[in-house]
Amino acid sequence: MRQQKRKIHFILLFSRQGKLRLQKWYTTLPDKEKKKIVREIVQIILSRNQKTSSFVDWKDLKLVYKRYASLYFCCAIEDQDNELLTLEVVHRYVELLDRYFGNVCELDIIFNFEKAYFILDEFIIGGEVQETSKRSAVKAIEDSDMLQETVEEYMNKPAF
Amino acid sequence: MPAVSKGDGMRGLAVFISDIRNCKSKEAEIKRINKELANIRSKFKGDKALDGYSKKKYVCKLLFIFLLGHDIDFGHMEAVNLLSSNRYTEKQIGYLFISVLVNSNSELIRLINNAIKNDLASRNPTFMGLALHCIANVGSREMAEAFAGEIPKILVAGDTMDSVKQSAALCLLRLYRTSPDLVPMGDWTSRVVHLLNDQHLGVVTAATSLITTLAQKNPEEFKTSVSLAVSRLSRIVTSASTDLQDYTYYFVPAPWLSVKLLRLLQCYPPPEDPAVRGRLTECLETILNKAQEPPKSKKVQHSNAKNAVLFEAISLIIHHDSEPNLLVRACNQLGQFLQHRETNLRYLALESMCTLASSEFSHEAVKTHIETVINALKTERDVSVRQRAVDLLYAMCDRSNAQQIVAEMLNYLETADYSIREEIVLKVAILAEKYAVDYTWYVDTILNLIRIAGDYVSEEVWYRVIQIVINRDDVQGYAAKTVFEALQAPACHENLVKVGGYILGEFGNLIAGDPRSSPLIQFNLLHSKFHLCSVPTRALLLSTYIKFVNLFPEIKTTIQDVLRSDSQLKNADVELQQRAVEYLRLSTIASTDILATVLEEMPPFPERESSILAKLKKKKGPGTVTDLEEIKKERSSDMNGSAEPASVNASAVSTPSPSADLLGLGAAPLTNSAPAPSSSGSLLVDVFSDSASAVAPLAPGSDDNFARFVCKNNGVLFENQLLQIGLKSEFRQNLGRMFIFYGNKTSTQFLNFTPTVICSDDLQSSLNLQTKPVDPTVDGGAQVQQVVNIECVSDFMEAPILNIQFRYGGTFQNLSVKLPITLNKFFQPTEMSSQDFFQRWKQLSNPKQEVQNIFKAKHPMDAEITKAKIIGFGSALLEEVDPNPANFVGAGIIHTKTTQIGCLLRLEPNLQAQMYRLTLRTSKEAVSQRLCELLSEQF
Repeated sequence: MRQQKRKIHFILLFSRQGKLRLQKWYTTLPDKEKKKIVREIVQIILSRNQKTSSFVDWKDLKLVYKRYASLYFCCAIEDQDNELLTLEVVHRYVELLDRYFGNVCELDIIFNFEKAYFILDEFIIGGEVQETSKRSAVKAIEDSDMLQETVEEYMNKPAF
Repeated sequence: MPAVSKGDGMRGLAVFISDIRNCKSKEAEIKRINKELANIRSKFKGDKALDGYSKKKYVCKLLFIFLLGHDIDFGHMEAVNLLSSNRYTEKQIGYLFISVLVNSNSELIRLINNAIKNDLASRNPTFMGLALHCIANVGSREMAEAFAGEIPKILVAGDTMDSVKQSAALCLLRLYRTSPDLVPMGDWTSRVVHLLNDQHLGVVTAATSLITTLAQKNPEEFKTSVSLAVSRLSRIVTSASTDLQDYTYYFVPAPWLSVKLLRLLQCYPPPEDPAVRGRLTECLETILNKAQEPPKSKKVQHSNAKNAVLFEAISLIIHHDSEPNLLVRACNQLGQFLQHRETNLRYLALESMCTLASSEFSHEAVKTHIETVINALKTERDVSVRQRAVDLLYAMCDRSNAQQIVAEMLNYLETADYSIREEIVLKVAILAEKYAVDYTWYVDTILNLIRIAGDYVSEEVWYRVIQIVINRDDVQGYAAKTVFEALQAPACHENLVKVGGYILGEFGNLIAGDPRSSPLIQFNLLHSKFHLCSVPTRALLLSTYIKFVNLFPEIKTTIQDVLRSDSQLKNADVELQQRAVEYLRLSTIASTDILATVLEEMPPFPERESSILAKLKKKKGPGTVTDLEEIKKERSSDMNGSAEPASVNASAVSTPSPSADLLGLGAAPLTNSAPAPSSSGSLLVDVFSDSASAVAPLAPGSDDNFARFVCKNNGVLFENQLLQIGLKSEFRQNLGRMFIFYGNKTSTQFLNFTPTVICSDDLQSSLNLQTKPVDPTVDGGAQVQQVVNIECVSDFMEAPILNIQFRYGGTFQNLSVKLPITLNKFFQPTEMSSQDFFQRWKQLSNPKQEVQNIFKAKHPMDAEITKAKIIGFGSALLEEVDPNPANFVGAGIIHTKTTQIGCLLRLEPNLQAQMYRLTLRTSKEAVSQRLCELLSEQF
């Protein structure tokens, strides 16, 4: 029987200038190896031209990527996995970010990187989609923001 | 400051991030970071206890610095402290830090596990969720040990919240993937299957992923999931687009769940229950029908989600490979996509059709799209898509379209991207060989390959063309003529010179009658290329010249003059010089008869496993992304496996055995070559013991090499970057002698070079091996030889292991390969008549004397090759014995010291099914068994 080990191996978000904005690994690798992979993949994807398909073979995996404004979202999946649905995983994540931040932009992800990770965790666990309902996923995040502070409180906090 | 901070924002963090962004140079950034690190360090070390908020902020800053690519070596303890905070946001940051910067520090792991345990027991769903996410993110063995028993309980408990169930299912899945041995199967499994019926679609989605993975390893246990999955799928595909509310994605009902269910069904054959099967077929038809309906939305998300389900359904149809109607419909659907304006769909259609091409039901339907695919090769602008088109052409190729496809691929090769040229070359070479009806076409194709993409033609490809030309006399004259013509080109690739040199050296006489290609012209043509070639090619050409001396005595003096010139006789390269000297001498002193014998035409190559095919597979082979946890898991099981009780070792030492002789001398070198941690005493013991833990595990690929030696006696047994091991052996009756050549491929000395032949206890009693030690120093580039004297005492199953240990430039090298001394080496062929054969065949009709194996052909089914292999195996090949001329029968006697065992064999090929049936009859069951095993691997 064909082995069906289909999961997302890692997700990378990087800018058009090649700056890594978020990295999520669902496979355990040494840091050095991760850095090497990131460099390689960013370079591969940035060098591809606009009209091409969203899929690239890479080693024994496949990269599925899409650009949203200034940010590239890239997932590495197994060769046999469903490429189109992976594109929609990316899109659903962007929608979740958008719903949370309101018109999400790259700066939101830079300044609130921890939130971007939390939202991703609500959506995907161990490389598998956990919750596809936008409402449920966003609700989970908002529940966690119960301790929302006021602007005054925020400005009174030490700035160092 | 543009910080948009939501929730429990941290102002200090925002300021820091903004500072980093304002840094004008890398140096400034590093300076700012170092300042921050110093600040955080002093806060963490300070006397004043930090409040939770500050701790969270600093931990978060550290995390940010780490994600920028800098190393972080402190702060773990503070992060662990955050885990036990009662404030959700603090806990959350603590978990995030731990997930990203896992530290294997055992003290820390204990604390982390403790915090997780508390959160799992808290009954607070948000806390439980965080703890489960952390386990899934880290996924280490330690975590599996601590929680693999607990999580299934949470998953199936009646009062667990839905969101926690989802996390628990996927968390368990992660642990099962890294440490399947630690996840206990039990009562919970049947309850997990019933989660497929859960009301909450999120729970069903998560559970389906888990079940799919579990079902692959335990198909029986999860068999009931098939009917549940089918009915769930059926409810989804027939629902209206709004029925599933939040789980409808751009008018597509639950695409994620649908895909996961279709994937789960791909773990099983088509359902046996006709009702379930019918329902599934209906589902698949509905999905195919929906693909034809006008889109409900113009958004790409709608079409992606819809087609994602469609492609997964097609995967299932291909997997079942049982419904011709569905297969052909799938093929037609993909055919439409081949010309779609979306590049992604064209890409996927090409990819999916590749698998359809291998089904007998849809192969013909796929072939009808050949023109479109060829067109894609020519016009697609994306190399990924063109690559898929090449793959599909390769997959749809058969005898009817091979010429066209090969021509198109060659055509494409001229402009192909460099990154995929080598692969195309391999594919063309394979197709040309596989579907050659007319071998002149094959020769033309390969020469074209060399002309168009000579640099990408690997050795395997040109070796292969020579093997084929030598094995088929109908093509030899044509090949000689064609290479001769190709060599006329003013600039030809060196690979062409190699092929040309070799072929003319063997078959130049076949075209020498034509005055345009007289011997002298052939020689001058080749020699005009000589000086432009690399050393190995020149060496090959020198061999061609000496072959010419035999083929064409009339140009002997011309050739001798060339060999005698200073540039040959005094060549700086040792190999060239040696060849020139030896060939010149040979041509001077040997009589024509001797020359004719020595320089006789090469005999046909005995084996024909396509090394090109192996190379193509290797190219596509596994990459480097291997999960560390999986490696760790394998290692730890290795360690457990090799722990042997001491008593076994002790008894092994006291038993005098042939291999004890080998090691007796080895006390000194063994101590030297021992890896640092083990004492010399224990190493010795290890070498004797079965488990041989100091002996390296078998080198990868060594089984393949081993199998190649079953039917031949000489060749390269092993090769890596440092060392080459070659073998030459001869056998007579129950005795044999094997020469092992160890070549140092580097320019550095090998020290403490210690090859050891190891026999297991069982093997020692049946096989007597004697070796002499070799010099412990092997100079760079040098070769040393070792002789093994072999005596077969009684029949045996296993093979001895050759272990080699040495030091190379300060590192200890340790490798093992199986030594191809197999039972069939002690075969003596026996000729007999048809009548005799069948009489003996009947005498050996006791069921224990017969062993039969039916197996799929691994190599092209070529009668000549098969004959050569049977002869190489050692038995006589009996012609005109079997009433069916397609079958092969053989007979021989295995000689051992104690007894002789008569063996009969019969091999029946089935070309249509690409299968063989091999039957062995001997007077001894174990012998039948072993011979059958050995021979089955050869075809």
